[in-house]
Amino acid sequence: MVAQPWPGVEASWSRYLHVPSTAAVDPAGTVHKWHVLDNAADLAAAGLEPVGTLLCVHGNPTWSYLWRSLLAAAAEAPGGPWRVVAVDQLDMGFSARTGVFRRLADRVGDLGDLTTALDLQGPVVTVGHDWGGLISLGWALAHQDQLAAVVLTNTAVHPAGYSLPPALTLALHPAVHRWGTTTSATFLRVTHSLAQPVLAPTVRAAFMAPYLSTARRAGVGNFVADIPAAEDHPSRQALDAIAEGLRTLSVPALLLWGPKDPVFSDRYLRDLLGRLPHADVHRFEGASHLVQEDRDIATPAFAWLAGKGLVRTLPAGSGTAGSGMAGDGGPARATAPAVPVSNPATFRPMLAELDSRRGDRSPAVVDMAPPAGAPSSLSWAELAERVDDLAAGLAQLGVSAGHRVNLLVPPGIELTTLIYACLRLGAVIVVADAGLGTSGLSRAIRGAGPDYLVGIDRALVGARLYSWPGIRIAAGGGASSGAGASAAAAAKRRLLGAAASVPGLLASGRALRAAGQAAPFPEPAPDADAAVLFTSGSTGPAKGVVYTHRQLAAMRDTLAATYNLRAGTALVAGFAPFALLGPALGATSVTPDMDVTAPRTLTASALADAAAAVSATTVFASPAALANVLATADALRPEQRRALDAVELMLSAGAPIPEPLLARVQELVPAAAVHTPYGMTEALPVTDIDLAGIRAAGSGNGVCVGTAVAGAQVAIAVLDGGGVPSDAPSTTPWATGEILVRAPHVKDRYDRLWITQTHSASIPGWHRTGDVGQLDDAGRLWVQGRLGHVISTAEGIRTPVAAEHAAASVGAVVRAAVVGVGPAGAQVPVAIVETTPPAVKAGPAPLEVSEAVRSAVLQDTGMELAAVVAIAQLPTDIRHNSKIDRTALAAWASRLLSGAKAGRP
Amino acid sequence: MLGAAVADALVAKGHLVRAFQRGPLRAGAAAVELVQGSVADPGAVARAVQGMDAVIHLAAKVSTTGDWADFEATNITGTATLLAAARDAGATDFVFVSSPSVAHFGTSIVGEGAGAADPERAHGHYARSKAAAELLALAADSPTFRVAAIRPHVVWGPDDTQLVERVVERARAGRLPLLNRGSALIDTTYVDNAAAAIVRGLERMDQAHGLALVVTNGQPRPVGELLAGICTAAGVAPPSFSVPGWLARGGGAVIENVWTAAGRRGWVHDEPPMTRFLAEQLSTAHWFDQRTTHEVLDWRPEVSIEQGLERLAAHYRR
Repeated sequence: MVAQPWPGVEASWSRYLHVPSTAAVDPAGTVHKWHVLDNAADLAAAGLEPVGTLLCVHGNPTWSYLWRSLLAAAAEAPGGPWRVVAVDQLDMGFSARTGVFRRLADRVGDLGDLTTALDLQGPVVTVGHDWGGLISLGWALAHQDQLAAVVLTNTAVHPAGYSLPPALTLALHPAVHRWGTTTSATFLRVTHSLAQPVLAPTVRAAFMAPYLSTARRAGVGNFVADIPAAEDHPSRQALDAIAEGLRTLSVPALLLWGPKDPVFSDRYLRDLLGRLPHADVHRFEGASHLVQEDRDIATPAFAWLAGKGLVRTLPAGSGTAGSGMAGDGGPARATAPAVPVSNPATFRPMLAELDSRRGDRSPAVVDMAPPAGAPSSLSWAELAERVDDLAAGLAQLGVSAGHRVNLLVPPGIELTTLIYACLRLGAVIVVADAGLGTSGLSRAIRGAGPDYLVGIDRALVGARLYSWPGIRIAAGGGASSGAGASAAAAAKRRLLGAAASVPGLLASGRALRAAGQAAPFPEPAPDADAAVLFTSGSTGPAKGVVYTHRQLAAMRDTLAATYNLRAGTALVAGFAPFALLGPALGATSVTPDMDVTAPRTLTASALADAAAAVSATTVFASPAALANVLATADALRPEQRRALDAVELMLSAGAPIPEPLLARVQELVPAAAVHTPYGMTEALPVTDIDLAGIRAAGSGNGVCVGTAVAGAQVAIAVLDGGGVPSDAPSTTPWATGEILVRAPHVKDRYDRLWITQTHSASIPGWHRTGDVGQLDDAGRLWVQGRLGHVISTAEGIRTPVAAEHAAASVGAVVRAAVVGVGPAGAQVPVAIVETTPPAVKAGPAPLEVSEAVRSAVLQDTGMELAAVVAIAQLPTDIRHNSKIDRTALAAWASRLLSGAKAGRP
Repeated sequence: MLGAAVADALVAKGHLVRAFQRGPLRAGAAAVELVQGSVADPGAVARAVQGMDAVIHLAAKVSTTGDWADFEATNITGTATLLAAARDAGATDFVFVSSPSVAHFGTSIVGEGAGAADPERAHGHYARSKAAAELLALAADSPTFRVAAIRPHVVWGPDDTQLVERVVERARAGRLPLLNRGSALIDTTYVDNAAAAIVRGLERMDQAHGLALVVTNGQPRPVGELLAGICTAAGVAPPSFSVPGWLARGGGAVIENVWTAAGRRGWVHDEPPMTRFLAEQLSTAHWFDQRTTHEVLDWRPEVSIEQGLERLAAHYRR
């Protein structure tokens, strides 16, 4: 027992044991004294029989203290109790200082000696961090009869494929190695400083406790020196054996990762995923090397183990929501067989339409502002050929099924060709919107970890500057005319680090096919990944959303059925996600002349010209684009107006659009049915409503978004008094709760966000949207805001949208947000308003404004506001400039109204 | 003010009420029997409780300044005397009227329930002495002598000398600043609601005994809005200048010390214009989770802030 108290550690966990060594470096008969943290005594005292053991192995320079959160949660874990044995490796922590340089193979053997001495019974899950990850995997490979699963946190099994990270290169440098790791405590301090947020002083002291003298730190230095950086390093063979052996492991694997780690970065995660392709992954955006300190890893780790069926039974009631982490969440893929929509018999591949129209000379795609040298239109026959040429060129470059290809190319013919070429190869397209901003885009690309990155010059500059992963391919219109121009382009591409260009790949693919040398294209499996689409990032970091081929096809079929899109339809593609589906739908699509990263640049004339070019029957646009179209409608010439007169369907997608704006849109396209769908990146679309429907619905508590689209079902997970949604889908009219969607075109999963995915799929068969709303007695859905924006008052839950409309109806108010202040269950609602004239300094609104807002909200909604706060500008997302960040606003208002310094929201 | 309102409420419910106070009954008071005296006089206290079934204890020294000995004598010893006398006289129920300040330690209270009274950590002589007295009272709770503590928060109404009069006087003299622009949310209690809740405490003694319950209107408002409402009702201009909370808290402590010293020398006779306690009260949020109170007392406030301000305005127009 160690008398010294370490925060978060029970004294009963700490124990020493004497273990005979079988290591070659030790003389025969050597016995080492090991220190471990072990909850076995606690379990025995409570009369609990563990279902298995977590064997936790720390890295350098930490010790078993790193795993205290697992020990603390083990007894009451869902599906538990688990025994947790966290070891202090020899020469580390409070285990013996052996005086011998222990290498990787020794350490793997040491761990085996320890588990033999412990006589571990039943299934074992290895858990590792840093170089301890490698050692834990070495143990795992040697004990496969006992091995139930592996859990890894920021680690690397094969640093040799890459240059070592700068921090480790420095630590290994002879000039600094001994001083940095052993003589001084620098290496320890630097490692501890990686925690985000910073460690509490008492925790930092606990991490430092076993390493207070140079003599105690010898293992820290040796550990660093044992990193097999070079081919001839003595530990290289052991490393290769583990790294390759890993490929044979078929037990469940979980990777919990802090992507801000400067040493064990995302590249090692990608390397691990290559070796353990079946692993579940959660990247904790914003967390760093000490991910155990930065985030709660215990809850997801035990929930994952429970979901993997490694335990006997789940205790009743383990599935209660509210922790943000559904306890009954199994692996998403296993629990998410949504409605079997397109059953295998009726599944029609995304390329089927294109293939069936190889002889069709009518236009398939039209580009109103093509890049220099690129075609302005392609027939179905030409598009099909071009897609196959590019696919052949990409295949020759090495792109194959399952590879991720990040497309940083604006909508138009080139993007369309790339998308369908990738789908043809079974490669997975990764699409992130430039509207995320550079840092958001960087985060998204690193998270998705593409194998290839196709971009316009500006994107390649970013790729080089920010070291985005992926072999770079230059997009660029197709300027292959003129030897001089092509030589200049080639030089530029070398400068940008591009391995190939789209025009070059098209040419080489065409040559291969002409020579009959192109490999036949594989038929992509319906349930293989097809696309990773990123969310807008207006509610936290953008999330990657994975669609399979079957789900993409279902999105196509849903759109076709809901809006009667078919061969012969001609559509103006002003809203990207749907526009990509044109060739799959058989519809002729035209990209208008606009800067797609800024929807507000679409003018009425550009829209009309695009419509005229293909005799458009359908227009897809976003609300921001439509606002600018209306603002520039006066410039329309008569023939342009006539082109718009022919439009039969106008679709405004992306965000709710107010009725008065929609009415003006109707005037612009007098013959068209004006529709606005509701949906999200995870399910597009969910419901649909037209202008007449909006008028019939009138005003109510929220925004009426209509009824479920073809093949989709909507239900409500009713909220309890504390604002927590139930686990049972309900269609009871007027009950407020989280909106649930079930449809064949709902996403497969979130990408590398196991926790998020498990939560979103915790009601089997349904996707939890995170939006709050209610169904009315006509089955129409009313959206009332985000789940996180629900106000949980002593009188029950309230939603903000209707109150915000009432507040905004006051003359002096421009825009309003209503948030809850105080603890859940006792919150009071507060309105934060932009006023005319704008508030000079944020604070309580002028008395007359407060009174007017309070009485308008009370009268319309029955909600009594505690306060009305004026602010110069409400915080909104960059992309839409419309989604108000109410979560940040609530935190800010709480500070202000508690009398504290509030700063900015 | 609160005592009279409680007496009125009891009489309205048909109870026989005896008032025990130092002065005479106010004009127009409800039909109550009067025993004049001080809680410092055990004989008077014994006479006051003689033959009564229940005691509601509202007597206290309420001030932001003064010597500890005075607070101790009135608030702690006085409570002990009254508790003993009531028990000796055979009373079975005792409502101790307390204050949320017994569990307020200078930081914000944002939607919390009634915390435990703590004489060590409460700020100011008044809150410390009330905290000690509340602990004494609740410790006396037993099946045969049931004690409940009701803590009304910032009681105001017509005839209120504690809050309304001070606010109005200071505003009239231009000495009422807002702290942090009056943004802190504060929950207050209109006097009739406080009285009703205290009477409910007696009626719901089965559920309430042994508990301390915070009572408010359940309508937190920015303190600037409340002060403006009171000033407007009284016909004076609302405060129009603001000082930072930290400055007032620091400055309040200095002013308070100077004033106390000056008072000992007989130079000043009124209360200091700003005290640390007052600065804390005006610059930090204090509003409460009323769910337990509502459930235990089976009671809801009947007079809203808006209605209360109208009654206050009518009072000042008289």
